[in-house]
Amino acid sequence: MTMLDTPVTGPVKGPEGPDSHPDHHHESPTPIGFWIYLMSDCIIFGVLFATYAVLGYNYAGGPAPKDLFEADFVLIETALLLFSSITFGVAMLQAEAHRLDNALKWLVVTGLLGLGFIGMEIYEFHHLIHIGAGPDRSAFLSAFFVLVGTHGLHVTCGIIWLVTLMVQLRMHGLTSANMQRLSTLSMFWHFLDLIWIGVFSFVYLVRLI
Amino acid sequence: MSDHSNHSHGTMNQLMTGFVLAAILTVIPFGIILGEPDFSRYIKIGIIMGFAALQIIVHLVYFLHLNSKAEGGWTIAATILAVVILVIVLAGSLWVMHNMNENMMPMPDMDKMMSLQSQQG
Repeated sequence: MTMLDTPVTGPVKGPEGPDSHPDHHHESPTPIGFWIYLMSDCIIFGVLFATYAVLGYNYAGGPAPKDLFEADFVLIETALLLFSSITFGVAMLQAEAHRLDNALKWLVVTGLLGLGFIGMEIYEFHHLIHIGAGPDRSAFLSAFFVLVGTHGLHVTCGIIWLVTLMVQLRMHGLTSANMQRLSTLSMFWHFLDLIWIGVFSFVYLVRLI
Repeated sequence: MSDHSNHSHGTMNQLMTGFVLAAILTVIPFGIILGEPDFSRYIKIGIIMGFAALQIIVHLVYFLHLNSKAEGGWTIAATILAVVILVIVLAGSLWVMHNMNENMMPMPDMDKMMSLQSQQG
């Protein structure tokens, strides 16, 4: 009961209360909220990178990175993801210029590049498991599969999101809600490309020296 | 207000600048591996990791349009917090595990350790 007697300070905040925004009209909280989600996702990846850094040299007598990784294969994956980032950027600019059909075309290209990337990754994982270098082989391979697999799952989710958003764009056009969704997905997609920079450098290239 | 014209998504120019920079910063590290130049191991690691860091900054600036003014500075504040946590997690993990490896006798290398000891003794 004593708790209830204390004054409720929430809504009574004086001139600097929650409803006064002196410098700008407050826009949607989605971008900053989604950015904070991305940063927390970044920390998840950071932990997986740390795991790989710690466990990446424990082969348990199994294959080492030089036996498994091909730099030119990874280069193609990297190119697919970088190009998909660019095509998404172009789609975003087309959408902002209110050219729905062009935007959709570029989104289709983005989705196909993303699918190409996922296809290559599934091929790589299948190949590794097939030659007996699956996640159960050594601590190095466990860490590798978890890190690269988590990134791949994110890209897969991005593609599902992309397809549903294209359906919504077809149905409702470039409404402000759809623009909001598009720019949020754009952040997600560019962020995944950013994580991939860490993957191709730290997981693949450095271990191939 | 120019808030709408240069809202957070930039221009074609920015996109292409980012693309060219990212492409250069990608091709060089791959060239280090595929071209097999005659550098020392540490220089190669330095180039690959340094270019990765640069490319991450290029992506943040040109694709994610990170700047100190967006959302009243909260975007950059959240980013700096994430970077600080990442540095602590990564550097801390490596430091702790390195220390542990220095101080523990690794099990699989027991035979090697024994033979080394017998050679010294």
